Amino acid sequence: MNWLVTLLMVSGVFFFAIGTIGILRLPDFYSRLHAAGKCDTLAATLAVSAIALYNLHDLSFASILVSWKVFFIVFFIFMASPTATHAITKAALIVGVEPWQRKGTRK
Amino acid sequence: MKAKLATFAVMLSFWAILSGMFDAFHLSLGVICCLLVALFSGEMLFEGLRVEVRVKQIFGMLAYFPWLLWAIVLSSLQVAYIVLHPQMLDKMEPQLIRFKTKLKSNFARVTFAQSITLTPGTITVSLQDDEMTVYALTRSAAESLPGEMERRIARALEPEEA
Amino acid sequence: MMSQVFLSVALALVMLIFLTLVRALGGPTVLDRIVGVNMIGTKTTVLLLLIGLIYENMPMFIDIALAYAFLNFIATIGACKYFRRSKRVHLEDDLAIEKEASA
Repeated sequence: MNWLVTLLMVSGVFFFAIGTIGILRLPDFYSRLHAAGKCDTLAATLAVSAIALYNLHDLSFASILVSWKVFFIVFFIFMASPTATHAITKAALIVGVEPWQRKGTRK
Repeated sequence: MKAKLATFAVMLSFWAILSGMFDAFHLSLGVICCLLVALFSGEMLFEGLRVEVRVKQIFGMLAYFPWLLWAIVLSSLQVAYIVLHPQMLDKMEPQLIRFKTKLKSNFARVTFAQSITLTPGTITVSLQDDEMTVYALTRSAAESLPGEMERRIARALEPEEA
Repeated sequence: MMSQVFLSVALALVMLIFLTLVRALGGPTVLDRIVGVNMIGTKTTVLLLLIGLIYENMPMFIDIALAYAFLNFIATIGACKYFRRSKRVHLEDDLAIEKEASA
């Protein structure tokens, strides 16, 4: 049980790190959104479900209730993160942020 | 009426989980609040009176969810590969693509847009009626759309039309 | 043993938050900053839950984390709606226009 929690948490931190490196390294705004939207969703899901699992190690009514709330957070992040990404992308397109193109393919 | 009752039930269970108190005072407060919400905005959660359809859709979502989770893991690994690659600019070929979706209901379309955002190499930019604009990171990601995901969502959320 | 794991994970998250802050502070456009702040918010939600585990006070910190997740989402959407209307998202443009005005 503890090993599973540790594994989930470490993989969550790994994907958080990927997202952070991605947001620092990628060349343009739109590709940064890839790193931000996907890796953060997965990492938060992994880490938060690890917390929910660990919280169940003493089975009582209160801890089950708290784990339910933790799963609400997972569910909410799952819905909110793509929506936020979508809103930011649309705002960027309307404002007219230029996408990065490989040299030579730019019109 | 049916929609309002269903909204009330959903709201009350949400209240019970969030408050965590089960004495008479807190429960009666919850009942009053949920009644008010259900009275004033009962049609928002279940558009129209199609409660049965919505319940069927929820079970369809449950069946669709594990596949989506797997797709997210794949997409994060792909992002990891691109980000950690020393010459990552060679791996990228960003492009905007447009296509029309076959899905009918708003709920299915929104689910499809969210799923596109969460799967490898693509994010949804805009969704107007049935025309979707998608920003793809690589050419292979652009060519894989709409493809399998649309079929799966159609099976999960619109079983009567598939 | 588990509390040490949680503590090290929390420390790693704090360091990642500082790295993300680089993008949030220095991003070329305002929208880059919004993305950075949104990512910091996600990390903070997880961090709050971890603090709750470390101090063994989950029922309190879970509510704080839930509220923070909601607030983070609403703030992102609101900021996007606001900047959708403005035509200039590059800070350099702003500076250039100010220079022209003062010249």
